[in-house]
Amino acid sequence: MNVLVIAELAQDKPTSASLEHLALARSLAGEGRVVALLLDAQTNITETLIARGADKVIIGVREAFDSYNSYAWTTIAASVAREHAVTLILAAHNPRGADLAPRLAFRLNAGCATGCVSVEQKDDTLLFTRASHGGNLRETLRFKTEVVVATVRAGVYDALPADATHTGEIITLNTAPVSRVRVLERKREDGAQRLEDAKVIIAGGRGLNGPEGFKVLEPLAATLGGVVGASRVPCDLGWCSHALQIGLTGKTVTPELYIAVGISGASHHLAGCGNAKTIVAINTDKDAAIFRDAKFGVVGDYTTVVPALTGAIMALPKQS
Amino acid sequence: MHLVVCIKYIPDPEAAFSMFSIDEQALKVIPASGLKHVVSPFDEQAIEAALRIREAHAGTRITVITLGNELSRNALKHGLAMGADDGVLLLDAALEDGDSYTTALTLAAALKKLGAIDLVLTGRQAADGDAGVVGAGIGELLDVPVLTFAKSIAVEKNTVRVERVLDDGIEIVEADLPAVVTVSNEIGAPRVPTLRETMRAARKPLVVWTAKNLGLNADHVGAAGSRSVRERLFAPSKAIQCEFIVGDTPEQQGARLAQRLREAKVL
Repeated sequence: MNVLVIAELAQDKPTSASLEHLALARSLAGEGRVVALLLDAQTNITETLIARGADKVIIGVREAFDSYNSYAWTTIAASVAREHAVTLILAAHNPRGADLAPRLAFRLNAGCATGCVSVEQKDDTLLFTRASHGGNLRETLRFKTEVVVATVRAGVYDALPADATHTGEIITLNTAPVSRVRVLERKREDGAQRLEDAKVIIAGGRGLNGPEGFKVLEPLAATLGGVVGASRVPCDLGWCSHALQIGLTGKTVTPELYIAVGISGASHHLAGCGNAKTIVAINTDKDAAIFRDAKFGVVGDYTTVVPALTGAIMALPKQS
Repeated sequence: MHLVVCIKYIPDPEAAFSMFSIDEQALKVIPASGLKHVVSPFDEQAIEAALRIREAHAGTRITVITLGNELSRNALKHGLAMGADDGVLLLDAALEDGDSYTTALTLAAALKKLGAIDLVLTGRQAADGDAGVVGAGIGELLDVPVLTFAKSIAVEKNTVRVERVLDDGIEIVEADLPAVVTVSNEIGAPRVPTLRETMRAARKPLVVWTAKNLGLNADHVGAAGSRSVRERLFAPSKAIQCEFIVGDTPEQQGARLAQRLREAKVL
């Protein structure tokens, strides 16, 4: 089968999720082709995508596609999907992918599976396993349609190693289709290293008891070369920016180390961080759900435990 | 101006998950008897968004609509108590047990029947299925623009302008009316109806439509029309055993945790 991957960039590099989706597409495509669609990009990115599994890259140049526009992107993606007779389309499960995928599915009379944690082929049938009910459940779906559009969570597949000998075709699109949605302005939150690509995340929850709690987390993040994130409650309460939100309706992150501070561990939060390699929980409530997902736990007051941990890490002998 | 808010009535998603069980034969989630149902929180915030738009535009009418069962009347009553003007219940055995596709198809047919709508609002996703497909589907089926994940909505003359939540900030997008907007939690807390408003809402009549009223063939909606088939439903396994770091003082706990992380090669 032919598979279309909607690739994305961050800081002018393909996102790790896009590379993971290329690997997934490659494993499912068999004899078929993997087509990557990358809009809002510079042409020098294409080689990376080909080295990571794409047989063909369709690139919409930045001059024509200078920002995500759901209407224009749906139109392009639908025409690419038809032209290449793809039966599966993979997009990231983030504000772009989750916006684009359902619309594209309806445009193509296709099925739609959002937030997938697995896409597999069994006896010629594609099975999509996705999280539902706030991350408490998994459901496995198959579709009666010829085409399926899926958004896949980050961090569940491994990217292919770069293979410079793999060759592919490159098509450049120089004009964008007419859109019925106008993007007037884009305001980026500055400072925050992308949570999605962070190796270490220190996340705060309701238990921080106020915005100043994040000041306690920052030195620990700095010591570990990591970034600060949050569960939904402190974002909704205005203690921190919504850009820091990790969870079902926030970001999906897959760091090596995730330190959850004052986070109760509701499943909708775990839906965004459950694939972290090691979860450490610091919470005053010994019965907090987060300890069920944590490898290490400290029952205690974060205002004293976190600075103590920060100091102790700084005092660790350097790794040889 | 006529605003329509599409809402869903679901078992309280904030309830402990031990209140739910899985019927592995029927592949359904069964809420404990007596577990309260609520308007899906994002949908409740969509009602709030509609009320805020009406505050800025006198003479605006707000309709709440849901596809559900007899119990779902309560969802509409809640919307009316919050301040909506009228409620429509899509009620028919033929419409039940559908998927995101048939839900969007049914709601789009009802919206066409309502006619002359300026703006359709709904939550970014239902808090049970978490799919986030229906809003975009309605927009596609009605062939109108869709703006997703709104944290604020402004209507001016013939356009709607939305602040849209991104993973690294926000963007401001605009489309001509009619349009569909899906609302995210960043829009803020919905208002709580007073007892008086709740009593008054209880007396407001609801419109009830069946598949036939909507001109929909029973084979195309509900379970029969679904594009997806659920093969399996399960709770993910948790195999992790937490190692608690104890100590007499926080300093000791911090130092021991650092040591354990080093030993486990995490640091």
